Amino acid sequence: MSVPAPLDPIKSFQGLILTLQNFWASKGCVILQPYDMEVGAGTFHPATTLRALGPKAWNAAYVQPSRRPKDGRYGKNPNRFQHYYQYQVILKPSPPNLQELYLESLYAIGIDPALHDLRFVEDDWESPTLGAWGLGWECWCDGMEVSQFTYFQQVAGQECAPVAGELTYGLERLAMYLQGVDNGFELNFNGLEGDAKVTYGDVFRQAEEEYSRHNFDYADTEKLFRNFAEAEKECLALLKAGERGEGQHHGQVLPAYDQCIKASHAFNLLDARGVISVTERQSYILRVRELAKECGKAWVKTEAGGA
Amino acid sequence: MPDLLLELFSEEIPARMQRQAAEDLKKLVTGALVDRGLVYEGARAFATPRRLALTIAGLPSRQPDTREEKKGPRISAPEAARLGFLKSIGVPESEFHRFDLYEGHSISLPERGLSVEVRGTGKDATAFALIEREGVETLAVLAEILPGIIRSFPWPKSMRWGAASAQPGSLRWVRPLRAILATFGAETEDTEIVPFEVDGLKAGNITYGHRFMKPEAIEVRRFADYVTRLEAAKVVLDADRRKEIIRADARNLAFAVGLELVEDEGLLEEVAGLVEWPVVLMGGFEEAFLDVPAEVIRATIRANQKCFVLRKADGSLANRFLLTANIEAKDGGKVIIAGNERVIRARLSDAKFFWENDKRVWEGYKEKDKLDAALARFQKVTFHEKLGSQWDRIERIRALAKELCKVTGADEKLVDRAVTLCKADLLTEIVGEFPEVQGFMGRLYAGLIGEHPSVAAACEEHYKPVGPNDRVPTDKVSVTVALADKLYTLMRFWAIDEKPTGSKDPYALRRAALGSIRQLVENRVRISLLSFFCRHVRLPAMLAPPNADPAEEARKARSALAFDLLSFFHDRLKVMLRDSGARHDLVDAVLGNGETNDDLLLVVRRVEALGKFLDTEDGKNLLAGYKRAANLLRDEEKKAKTTNETEGAFEAAADPALLTEASEKALHAALAKAGEAVLVALEKPDFEAAMRAMASLRAPVDAFFDAVMVNAEDPAIRRNRLALLATLRRVTRQVADFSKIAG
Repeated sequence: MSVPAPLDPIKSFQGLILTLQNFWASKGCVILQPYDMEVGAGTFHPATTLRALGPKAWNAAYVQPSRRPKDGRYGKNPNRFQHYYQYQVILKPSPPNLQELYLESLYAIGIDPALHDLRFVEDDWESPTLGAWGLGWECWCDGMEVSQFTYFQQVAGQECAPVAGELTYGLERLAMYLQGVDNGFELNFNGLEGDAKVTYGDVFRQAEEEYSRHNFDYADTEKLFRNFAEAEKECLALLKAGERGEGQHHGQVLPAYDQCIKASHAFNLLDARGVISVTERQSYILRVRELAKECGKAWVKTEAGGA
Repeated sequence: MPDLLLELFSEEIPARMQRQAAEDLKKLVTGALVDRGLVYEGARAFATPRRLALTIAGLPSRQPDTREEKKGPRISAPEAARLGFLKSIGVPESEFHRFDLYEGHSISLPERGLSVEVRGTGKDATAFALIEREGVETLAVLAEILPGIIRSFPWPKSMRWGAASAQPGSLRWVRPLRAILATFGAETEDTEIVPFEVDGLKAGNITYGHRFMKPEAIEVRRFADYVTRLEAAKVVLDADRRKEIIRADARNLAFAVGLELVEDEGLLEEVAGLVEWPVVLMGGFEEAFLDVPAEVIRATIRANQKCFVLRKADGSLANRFLLTANIEAKDGGKVIIAGNERVIRARLSDAKFFWENDKRVWEGYKEKDKLDAALARFQKVTFHEKLGSQWDRIERIRALAKELCKVTGADEKLVDRAVTLCKADLLTEIVGEFPEVQGFMGRLYAGLIGEHPSVAAACEEHYKPVGPNDRVPTDKVSVTVALADKLYTLMRFWAIDEKPTGSKDPYALRRAALGSIRQLVENRVRISLLSFFCRHVRLPAMLAPPNADPAEEARKARSALAFDLLSFFHDRLKVMLRDSGARHDLVDAVLGNGETNDDLLLVVRRVEALGKFLDTEDGKNLLAGYKRAANLLRDEEKKAKTTNETEGAFEAAADPALLTEASEKALHAALAKAGEAVLVALEKPDFEAAMRAMASLRAPVDAFFDAVMVNAEDPAIRRNRLALLATLRRVTRQVADFSKIAG
């Protein structure tokens, strides 16, 4: 490939992202930017959770920074971060050649199926907090899971009609494989060498250290419990306020859903702080799911939801 | 005769579902064909990750014509019955008026292959229908049945996809179904495509080769060229052949470097379901990782990477692994091997890190305070949401194990220590990461801190046996902890009403019961389960109804639960004995002897002794005599009931004064003696002696039936003789309910 290193998916982290952006743009996806809130996975972006619902066609792709407070390792573990990137593609309805499109995208980032062993290994996906499930696979490249491939059957408690196909690429892991690096912090971010080289560690190591301390030691749990309760309350209040009656579009779904995201993140932090017991844990998950379900119900009463 | 070839081509089918799906497909299609009068010579089904295939050989080209005669009502029957009959044979209501039924009349509807005639005269004049059906072309039958079979295919989990899923009722399949191939025809002729479609997917004669190596469309006529063309397109259709290829290549690769494959049938089956064109490749990892226990390495490599491990001539693990790729890579697999090695290295680094960490932590547990502090963490770990913490569970197991020491003869102190440690490996990082090494690690760690060998062994063995082929531990400490753990689990889940139902047994309670039974039987442990359950079962407080004596209610509820759980054990015992080749009529006979049978070791011994006894001449003859006696009694008891005599009419002891014949006197004496001897023998218990006592009855019973007429004219004598037979029934019943014995 005659691409300059800063754009090359094999030589730079950003090149990998840019290549995927170009690839999916050329396949007709709307290229969105990350959602501007703390989420645990790309699926939480309303462009997936909400847009997966309703009859309207929807094709989008975006990078989503994802936060899993519990996965923090103070920057000491080369594979586990509390903040990482997912590349998310959502195609509704799922096109008949989705597997082929996915493999083509791997080819675009430098994975040649004549050289690599690519597999679709059973994996049923479920998000208890989002009230969502689907069937699909983990996609393996030479024994390593590089993506998640799911046909959504239900999201936010609503049946998907039609079904959307979701692809999630774990960008750090994929880049490590492409660059032949065993330590995520050593990933070449910008593709340059020498003094000009910026690594993933240069960008994120300090953040990993600081946030790990925050997530496990410093986050104010009382405030977080309050945040959770407030977000829950506001979510439901907004959903109520947005209800315009029979035949009218719902008017407050997106703001309400933001509160559901906030509640979910507060819960994740509390979980990392270790202040939620096993039994309580289940009930918090159910409370977030309730919010997601209510948002799903309201979404199908909006224009974008196909009402 | 023509053959059918059917292929359902889809996106990747989960490996674990493939074999069953192929079987289901075969059963459903052949079943539907046979139901429609189409018998076949042979059928075979296949599965790969991307296809289910079925070939049915030797089908007729059309259904046979059928002629069926049906007897209807008498013509004098009420109108409703006559009309119902007409309807049932397919006469449309608009034609009823033509079917006036009278003597000698016959009517026919040739376009429906129907005719009705009245046969017989007078009161007996009856309508008969003759239904003739012309057979339909098999091709049309197939086109009719296949869509329904595909639509309602019994996948464990199925999904919708694509634009069609916007509509309710769209096709569901395990993953998107992409193409259907269905051809039908004789070997020497061109085949025809079975004309049908499902959700817009039209059956054709096209399939596709290997996803990467030969993805092109392939035209297929019949099974023979289907298999060869697929093979040419890098697809091995038969999973068993894929398994053989993998097994042979793996052994050869291992042999070539002086190593031996660690065989793993489960993994082989799974791997064969992940590839269409197996290519076995060898990779390696750093020697240094061999410090990690072999089981952990194997578990890591197996569970996450689905690779096989190898061992050296001395049996120790080698630093190599075998992976099964799905392609012949153009570089011979170098990149694939390197990629897999990277992943395995990362996994093993984690495992090594965990192992070393755990080891260090456990070294510290030599100090009691540290171990106690660690174990206290169980207070915060939930065992089951309704059952409290792991800590509670362990304490209950401790109490049960202490009591069980009395019947197992295990050392109480060692058992107590083993209970303390038996779940401790659940707290380690390595078991958190690889649950399948639970128990094994416990033993290793316990050894590390210098525990008694029996205590260390119990940490692993108390989980055993894990399957019907697994060994039952013999160390008394292991046996005691295993029993306490399993019985605890069963009693607790029974108390919260989480019993297994049908195919659902999420807590593996059947396995726990079976494991307990094997522990008891194989280690000759005697225990009265019923009283054990009654004493130890703990009911949730809410079960006690208001306004009742709570203590009495609880006692009743506990006892009901104990009986229910015991009957679950009996069911498991029956399955176990049946599987081991025991006659299940003997099991039923023993369990039907009217006692609680809650000492399972005794049940098994009794079944064995009974089996041996019935193999002897004495046994066979006594059984025959018993049957004769029982039949006579049954008939007479039935009569007695109709004449309003009291039930159990013949259960009173026979009156010696009324015994007339020598042989009945002899039988009377023999029964008294044998009855006593059986009772004494069972008390001991000595089943052989009980059987010997029974054997002594054979001659007097035979002589009695030879010489005596039971149904004597004098009712008092008759009744007395029947009472004698009832005594025989009672005496045998002390051992088993002979009426349940076949033969």
